[in-house]
Amino acid sequence: MRKCSLDKLDLLLGEIAKSNELYLPVDDSDGSAVYKKWEKGTALSDALNTVRSPKDFFFPQTENLMEFKMQGKNIEIIDTRSELEDFVIFGVRACDVKSFEILDRVFLSEPVDSYYAMRRSHGVIISLACTRPAETCFCKTFGIDPASPSGDISAWKTESEIFFEANNEKGEALLSSLGALLQDCDNEAVEAQKAKINAIMDKLPLKNLTTEGFGGGKTAELFDDPHWAELSEACLGCGTCTFVCPTCQCYDIKDFNTGNGVIRFRCWDSCMYSDFTKMAHGNNRLTQKERFRQRFMHKLVYYPENNDGLFSCVGCGRCLAKCPISMNIVKVMKTIGGDKGE
Amino acid sequence: MNNLNETLIPKVGVITDVRIDTPDIKTFRVVTTDGEKAFDHRPGQCAMLSVPGVGEAMFSITSSPTNEEYMEFSIKKCGCVTDWLHQAEKGQQITIRGPYGKPFPVDDVFAGKDLLFIAGGVGLAPLRSVINYCRHYRDRYGKIDIVYGSRSKDDLLDYQEIIEEWQKDEGVNVYLTIDNPQEGWDGHVGFVPNYVKELSFDTNKVAVICGPPIMIKFTLDGLCDIGFDKTDVYTTLELRMKCGVGKCGRCNVGAKYVCKDGPVFRCDELEELPDEY
Repeated sequence: MRKCSLDKLDLLLGEIAKSNELYLPVDDSDGSAVYKKWEKGTALSDALNTVRSPKDFFFPQTENLMEFKMQGKNIEIIDTRSELEDFVIFGVRACDVKSFEILDRVFLSEPVDSYYAMRRSHGVIISLACTRPAETCFCKTFGIDPASPSGDISAWKTESEIFFEANNEKGEALLSSLGALLQDCDNEAVEAQKAKINAIMDKLPLKNLTTEGFGGGKTAELFDDPHWAELSEACLGCGTCTFVCPTCQCYDIKDFNTGNGVIRFRCWDSCMYSDFTKMAHGNNRLTQKERFRQRFMHKLVYYPENNDGLFSCVGCGRCLAKCPISMNIVKVMKTIGGDKGE
Repeated sequence: MNNLNETLIPKVGVITDVRIDTPDIKTFRVVTTDGEKAFDHRPGQCAMLSVPGVGEAMFSITSSPTNEEYMEFSIKKCGCVTDWLHQAEKGQQITIRGPYGKPFPVDDVFAGKDLLFIAGGVGLAPLRSVINYCRHYRDRYGKIDIVYGSRSKDDLLDYQEIIEEWQKDEGVNVYLTIDNPQEGWDGHVGFVPNYVKELSFDTNKVAVICGPPIMIKFTLDGLCDIGFDKTDVYTTLELRMKCGVGKCGRCNVGAKYVCKDGPVFRCDELEELPDEY
């Protein structure tokens, strides 16, 4: 384990930024945290719970896939993929780090999505143990320890110091490159910090939420649950939950005519939208109830069925904070699952 | 980077022939710019065709894998991409990628069995691939019965091929039907599900159904009424798709993705899925 004092953090970030693009959570003017590119003087936010999840770094909201040049009846396909610069994301919460594993299982399974794989291979993740868990947090429900985040490098911040531990070769290489800015140390202060974080987590309102009643193989039992109707009744189908969600990965592929050719791009899409499944011969999900149910069944039943029981939710709490009608996965889990609320 | 295979990046295909099948279905012959087949496939698999600037859509490959020269797609005019394709002429380039999905189990489950194919309307398109594959390897299969119905005589897909080739094959019986009586038609009149029940096939065979969702449902019920087991009945589904490889989330039904776990499903497997297809 290595450490550096907080007053040297700016120097350290500057050193990382010399050879990598560096991104970190920064306080926005409205008091929320957003990921921004580091420049000299950029301060790390105390709130790591960014409004948008860091999934953008690997799966951007829109990205160009290829281009076409058309001439008469002829088409030329132009592969526009190019090499990326290495980049570092600093200050990623434990829940958000876990979301990368969930996305990896989709995009890195055969056939590998080369766009995602390229970004993933160029990115180094420095996680940071939670400094300020929110009332909307429930990562522990999914077995995530906010005091011991994973990533290529794990970090812990105390009142006066910041501690680093490399978890793989990629992480070790980065830490080694920082040389004299870091000094070796024992893990005493980190253990104390972990205990402090866990004490806060134990006071959070959602600490007793469980995944009981959900998981692979529960389709027949849960699909026709009568509660879906009342739970989805007020859903506006706005899709905000899917856009702030770090694990939602549904996408659309569209063409844009530039006047000089066609750019084919992909962009995030949402199962909450009425045209998501609309096709020439009809729509297999006609009502908001069906679309709402799809989102939660996918996260809590279908995804775990295909992924060794791993749920496609990390308890980051973003959808709780952002839903305009205050409907969310916690209410679904309490109403339909084994935990009927307390 | 550019040497990394990327499934979303298609090849250029050339339309080398357009056959008018019915008032709203045309069959397109497609090869690469080198004049070859774009890729090999198995009966029942699909391909993504696109017209850049208009869109990309999934189509079943109607030609048999045994055709080594080109691929064919029978396409009904019913949306942006299909409208555009219907006005395309020979020589027009499009894009093609695939093959996608799980094929019919022609080399194991179907081998040595009597086969019953039941299609409605443009639903014959995906079955033509497997029918012609089984006709090609005729000695590997038992008796082949084909029940095919459409709205009218003019709406029967592949009519010439059915009359001139399928019906003349030893051990192949074709039963055609149209929804309503029509001048010049002395064949059967009535809906496919009822016709299948009337024909009262013996149940010691594998059945394959494809057509509009309502036709599949009633035909399956009819087959069960005459004693078929759902484990001997296959169908092929169609849902909206974008990626074709189980990642974009669109064709997800239960824990399955129709693009990669289907489109071919055995009817007892379908029963375990939520009723959302």
